[in-house]
Amino acid sequence: MNSFSDSVTTALGLVVSGDPALWAIVSRSLAVSATACALACAMGLLLGAWLAVARFPGRSAVLTLLNTFLAIPSVVVGLVIYLLLSRSGPLGFLGWLFSFQAMVLAQAILVLPLVTALTRQVVEDSDRDHGEQLSSLGAGRGLRSLLVAWDERYALLTVLITAFGRAVSEVGAVMIVGGNIDGFTRVMTTAIALETSKGDLPLALGLGLVLLGVVLLLNSVVALLRRWRERLDGGDLRMATA
Amino acid sequence: MRVEPACAGPVVQNAAHAPTVLALHGVTVSLGPAAQVEALRSITLALHAGERVALVGPNGCGKSTLLRTLHGLLPIAAGKRTVPQASRIAMLFQRPHMLRMSVRRNLQLGLWLSGVPWGQTRERARQALDRVDLMHLGDRNGRALSGGQQQRVALARAWALRPDVWLLDEPTASLDPHAKRDVEALIADFGDEAPAPGRLPPTLVFASHNLGQVKRLASRVIYLEQGRLLADLPVNAFFNHTFLEAHCPQAHLFVKGETT
Repeated sequence: MNSFSDSVTTALGLVVSGDPALWAIVSRSLAVSATACALACAMGLLLGAWLAVARFPGRSAVLTLLNTFLAIPSVVVGLVIYLLLSRSGPLGFLGWLFSFQAMVLAQAILVLPLVTALTRQVVEDSDRDHGEQLSSLGAGRGLRSLLVAWDERYALLTVLITAFGRAVSEVGAVMIVGGNIDGFTRVMTTAIALETSKGDLPLALGLGLVLLGVVLLLNSVVALLRRWRERLDGGDLRMATA
Repeated sequence: MRVEPACAGPVVQNAAHAPTVLALHGVTVSLGPAAQVEALRSITLALHAGERVALVGPNGCGKSTLLRTLHGLLPIAAGKRTVPQASRIAMLFQRPHMLRMSVRRNLQLGLWLSGVPWGQTRERARQALDRVDLMHLGDRNGRALSGGQQQRVALARAWALRPDVWLLDEPTASLDPHAKRDVEALIADFGDEAPAPGRLPPTLVFASHNLGQVKRLASRVIYLEQGRLLADLPVNAFFNHTFLEAHCPQAHLFVKGETT
């Protein structure tokens, strides 16, 4: 019990004192996940908005597949990306294995189905309400989906934050394709796993506290966004933006 | 077993001489995942400039589908839709749809989508808001307005397009009596508006369950049942019980409130 409380105290000290090793890992972790989310959102938002209004043979099969990918384990994504990026793999020529780029690619692929599926759901629900009106005014299918997506921008920001939360807290994919190399590809989750196995509990706990803080911050932002959106829907635009 | 009386065929009296603005010729529309439900069956009708046409019939008879088909929002399985005068068509839905932006922007967006250059949309939106007496709400979020205000904004958005044909899907059904009266008065007002030079008088087509409203607003009534047009009559003939009972017993029963 004493060792646990000692570890927590030391961990808090590391966080508060701005330990360079700890904050290097934290900043790398945030950079990997932010880049991955930016890439996944750029693709996923467009793909999801298009899927929401597109009607084509096999659409329901595509949606089933997409929903299946929502539950894909991160280690499986890591394994597939590892095989693709390994020397003998089709993307081996990139030389990305055990690099920042490999971790970004793995996390982007991990959260892409999440962003696409949630965007599709949000836009399709809203399109059911507004799509016909927009069509009657002359909007084509593509423009209609973009307008509806813009109209649901606050809900889609929530999707983006959820995706970031999923990316920053996963461990399997970055461990496999990043290799957990100290000072190079070590991120919060892989460092926690390693330091725990080594018995360096203060650093692991410190990182855990930061990770928890990040997730808490993300959830608070989501809650604030929701409240802001409700205020916008119930009041004056000038007041809300003032 | 009670045998429901049935019309021998559609009863149609149409002596309009004004130009046709929109017409359907034997139109069938199928809905559902595999297009297995015939929502409209062989509908033939012509709308003439300046008419005020009410679509009536029991729930699910095809009023909304007919309005969407007239607009061109739904694909036609058989038959043909013609728009001889290159008419501009505006549509209003039972629930007004506002995007999450200011009322003025909602109007500007509607105009822009209809092909008006963005630079001209601000002034036209202002005129439209002025027309429905809602200038003071221009900066408010469209979603934050009451149902009646939203429907008036939706009317302003439609009016801004200067439509030749107004298609109104139960525009007052979801409103309280006060808002209902305001919106109905605006619709009547728009129907009476003098046409712009070179344009035809506006044609109103509206679906309604409110027979009082039909009497107040319509010059012609179309009765639908199970996707079929059973009666297409001047408003006086439609509300002439003896005539209707003799020529279309189903519509007569509906008017008497027996089939709803």
